[in-house]
Amino acid sequence: MDVILFLIFAIIAVVAAINVVVQTHPISSAVSLIGVMGSLAVLYLLLGAEFIAAAQVIVYAGAVMVLFIFVIMLLNAGAEAKRGRSYMVQVLGVPLLIALLGLLAFFVERLFPRNITVTFGGFTGGTARAVGQALFTTYLLPFEVVSLLILIAIVGAIVLARKEMD
Amino acid sequence: MDAFIVITLIKLAVIAFVLLTAVAYLQWVERKVIAHIQVRPGPYRVGPHGLLQPLADVIKLITKEDMLPSYVNKPLYLFAPFVAVAMALLSIAVIPFGPQIEVVGYHTFMQLTDLNIGVLFVLAVASMGVYGVALAGWASNNKYALLGGLRSSAQMISYELPLTLAIASPLLLSNTLSLRELVGSQAGSILHWNILRLPFPQIFAFIIFVIAAFAETNRIPFDLPEAENELVAGFHTEYSSMKFAAFFMAEYLNMVTVSCMATLLFLGGWEAPWPASGGSNLVPTVIFVIAGLTALYHAANPPRLKDRYTFGGFGLIFLIIAAVFLAPIVQSWLLPLFWFLAKVGVILFAFIWIRGTLPRFRYDQLMAFTWKFLFPVAMLNMLVTSLMVAWFS
Repeated sequence: MDVILFLIFAIIAVVAAINVVVQTHPISSAVSLIGVMGSLAVLYLLLGAEFIAAAQVIVYAGAVMVLFIFVIMLLNAGAEAKRGRSYMVQVLGVPLLIALLGLLAFFVERLFPRNITVTFGGFTGGTARAVGQALFTTYLLPFEVVSLLILIAIVGAIVLARKEMD
Repeated sequence: MDAFIVITLIKLAVIAFVLLTAVAYLQWVERKVIAHIQVRPGPYRVGPHGLLQPLADVIKLITKEDMLPSYVNKPLYLFAPFVAVAMALLSIAVIPFGPQIEVVGYHTFMQLTDLNIGVLFVLAVASMGVYGVALAGWASNNKYALLGGLRSSAQMISYELPLTLAIASPLLLSNTLSLRELVGSQAGSILHWNILRLPFPQIFAFIIFVIAAFAETNRIPFDLPEAENELVAGFHTEYSSMKFAAFFMAEYLNMVTVSCMATLLFLGGWEAPWPASGGSNLVPTVIFVIAGLTALYHAANPPRLKDRYTFGGFGLIFLIIAAVFLAPIVQSWLLPLFWFLAKVGVILFAFIWIRGTLPRFRYDQLMAFTWKFLFPVAMLNMLVTSLMVAWFS
């Protein structure tokens, strides 16, 4: 059951991710991206990280992507015009992609130990309580630093928006 | 395992049937209540007191021509009503209607599934519901629909913040995210409900929640997305037949969901206002006996001849229902259901009442209200709640 669900949502995630790039219209790309976020949330849920799954849907699929779509609607962006591909892309595109994938595979192979088995629902630290406890004890300093960073970003956004208005 | 699947399927069928019927009749109730507020009879022709009106409406909506305008973005145009109604139906899956019950030897909960992140699940599904409206507005390729869709996405994003903050405060008191445990933590009496619970009663959070819920469901006074005098019908201008009905259904389903959430978070779910030792078990019986006796009195002094039979019949039905509430076999599940439905019903009535009473906000007032008033107040409320909880625990 878990494996079937994993396969279904992994395929949806990959297909939607390819669709994000292939689609020419920004709204279609954004909707595909929502599909990626949603299926990733299901994958988190299958692994036992239910809080992360809920946060993924609420924050990324629910809030960030709504803003994306909102802006696309507001600007009334049309479909991309197809332009001829440049000479560089035609020659170097496929070899560079293969090189990148090879590098990624190499580092993943190197950095992650081999004898670890991933089981569905094997992770038990994914409840809201466990995540909260980890954030406020072990990772208190990074947590506070990140919140400060976000605060700075908010203040910066307001300052920039004000400058525009004056 | 097999029994589990069978029971789940039965529960699924019962909940789906009851919910969809309730949504259809909620619309009848709304038309009737608003009609009476405006001193007119409302739907009256189809069936006695217009009781078959929802059925007639359903037949009308199904048999109407299903238009597909030539200028729309076809995939998204067809996808949007589906998203709207799917997201509205999904959150009902985690709403508990009552405690554990026993059916022919099997113990089961009056709920489809209990998640330990139930509250977050409802929030996540609600935040996805925006897409139905936004994509419908965009895909219609119509300026009124686009403006409606834009308005509604901006409104829903803005009101989601105070809504979430208002939900977070009672969670601090109850210390759980599971909707079932949330109700369990409010058991006892009305003083243990989150709305009145010490150390800090969540009455402000409740009011903020209800206001934000009105905006989230696009109801008057926040129905800017479908303001008919400015935007024709807003985001669903280009939709007809069942696709229009999907948006209509989604709106009413969302109303039911937020009413259930308000009941579970603030009003103690299916718990009675005072313990059974104080006689709370007898409340439904007393209500139905009074209703039955009133009907019988009017049957004895009928204004018209046929009222002798209708009032008499209803009086007898009410008395039978009153007797059923006394039977110990059904009491274990009927009483919690009664309290839950009573609370949800009161909130739904308030939704309709306000629609019949208040005018619509202007758009800048709507935005200023949430960002400059509702959001700071919700923040302050959560701050005070967390301080009080930390102080007294």
